[in-house]
Amino acid sequence: MFVFLVRRLLQAVMVMLAVAFIAFLMFRFLGDPVNNIVSQDATQAQREEVRQRLRLDDPLVVQYGRFVVNAAQGDFGISYRNSRPVSALLAERLPATAELVLVAAVLSLVLGIPLGIYTALRPRGVLSQGLQIMSLIGISLPTFVTGILLILVFSVWLGWLPSFGRGDVVDIGWWSTGFLTASGLKALILPSFMLCLFQLTLIMRLVRAEMLEVLRADYIKFAKARGLKNRAIHFRHALKNTLIPVVTIFGLQLGGLIAFAIITETVFQWPGMGALFIQAVNFTDVPVMAAYLVMVSLIFVVINTSVDLLYNVIDPRLRTDPTRATGRGA
Amino acid sequence: MSDTSFTGRLRSFADSDLFYSFRRSRTTVVAAVALTLLFVGAVFAPLIAPHNPFDIANLNLLDSELPPSWLEGGNPAYWLGTDTQARDVLSSILYGLRISLFVGFASVILAAVLGVFLGLLGGFVGGMVDAVIMRVADVLLSFPAILVALLINGVMRGILPANQHESAAILVLVLAIGLTNWVQYARTVRGSTLVERQREYVQAARTIGVGRLRIMLTHILPNVLGPVLVIGTINLGMAVLTEATLSFLGVGMPATQPSLGTLIRVGNEYLFSGIWWVVIFPSATLAVLVLAVNLIGDWLRDALNPKLR
Repeated sequence: MFVFLVRRLLQAVMVMLAVAFIAFLMFRFLGDPVNNIVSQDATQAQREEVRQRLRLDDPLVVQYGRFVVNAAQGDFGISYRNSRPVSALLAERLPATAELVLVAAVLSLVLGIPLGIYTALRPRGVLSQGLQIMSLIGISLPTFVTGILLILVFSVWLGWLPSFGRGDVVDIGWWSTGFLTASGLKALILPSFMLCLFQLTLIMRLVRAEMLEVLRADYIKFAKARGLKNRAIHFRHALKNTLIPVVTIFGLQLGGLIAFAIITETVFQWPGMGALFIQAVNFTDVPVMAAYLVMVSLIFVVINTSVDLLYNVIDPRLRTDPTRATGRGA
Repeated sequence: MSDTSFTGRLRSFADSDLFYSFRRSRTTVVAAVALTLLFVGAVFAPLIAPHNPFDIANLNLLDSELPPSWLEGGNPAYWLGTDTQARDVLSSILYGLRISLFVGFASVILAAVLGVFLGLLGGFVGGMVDAVIMRVADVLLSFPAILVALLINGVMRGILPANQHESAAILVLVLAIGLTNWVQYARTVRGSTLVERQREYVQAARTIGVGRLRIMLTHILPNVLGPVLVIGTINLGMAVLTEATLSFLGVGMPATQPSLGTLIRVGNEYLFSGIWWVVIFPSATLAVLVLAVNLIGDWLRDALNPKLR
């Protein structure tokens, strides 16, 4: 276990260093950093002075080292477009994205697991069949199309829910939350539903497939033979074993939620990090792109690593063979 | 069996297991018909499309924002209505479909060529080369494709001067999507290369002094290509979707050369003015296209790989 832990953590650090290297290369070679600082008609001497000040003449390895040290302290420089520190820009937009992703993740679990259990226990029911078809459509429809349809129906035609923005937010320290006002909560409904839909169908199908598989296992037959109540069999014995892969997929998909939040934020004009990133891609705002890359990668690596470790704790069968635990299900 | 004339080949295809399983699966047949229609529409767009949406001389602003022809106020000349610039929605969709499909196919081909090459190289050469390729593949795979594609897209925009962004948009998209999706091919091909490398025919070729490159390309390559077609079909749906997403986000095709994603983005801006048809019809086309490709890909995977049934 200890060897596995160390190896997994080392791997995570290596990935982060590699990502930081890509971010550094972007910083250094995507457009001349000097040109982004000095004015158009700066003299050669002024340019040279800036080069000296930024220490761009140091060996590449030294510059990379400095970049990593700065990044680790949250310093990604100044945004080319907004002329403000990148860390401040990101911190400002973090709450919006975090709340959106959190609500979507919770929704996908709260709806996905019961629906999956239901469709597994009543595979021939009308509702189950309907849900299966719905989930096929949900997986095939491009997410932004789903979002547009939601806006068209619930905002344009019915006029029930807002189609853009976060509504009123309350500031708690530096964190601005939409959870505490009615308009903030209302504004969350459509975006979080759009964001969770893909994961919801995934979890539903996964729970259904696993449940059907587990229900055929011998120990379920024995439990039945022992005369246990159906409810005890389904929820105490079957569900537990069903949930192991759900944990993995859920963890891995959490990163996906953050990435897909980019699309959701564009559709609903949600003032989050994804919208900021799209803006940066559009205008080649390298510091913002680099910072977003490093930050999202960090979240990903932390999630992936903890899922692997967690998996190891949950499923004792994996402990003897540590190499298997790193294989990814999806 | 040895009849190599065209009709003979056709007959043996009609008798084959593959065609039998195709006929048996009704959804696949429907998907294939839908896909064929979309293909024909896209390829022959200049001939089929009732109007040329890019010919400004042809546009009559009096005809702007017309609803579909079966609704009140619709004009029979514009089946699916017109947008705010009086462009025929159906024609825009056909032309957009062309671009979407082109980017999809081109990026799948790029990804397949790159992936097959890297997989073959890694599997055959082994050692450091293999380790590096597979580590890069692992890292790429742990991020969602859309994020990687966005990043490559952003980097390429940074490299190109700003005035070339529009003309190079197709190229940028193909590269961004192609460079994102090669991992699956590489992994599969590497796996089969590792197996094939040990076979007698490779050893025999080595013994008689055939060069390494030649063994790789003429002996091993044909034997590891099988699954590539299946992966390619499945990836086509993904590639089309990624293109549409990037264009929808505003970092793909420009409005002067709209793909389906661009049409949806532009239409989305007019959602609140009640002209829903400019956004709904391109969206529906995209959804049908992706669904059809996915269904055919799934069927192909099951039909060619009986073990998965």
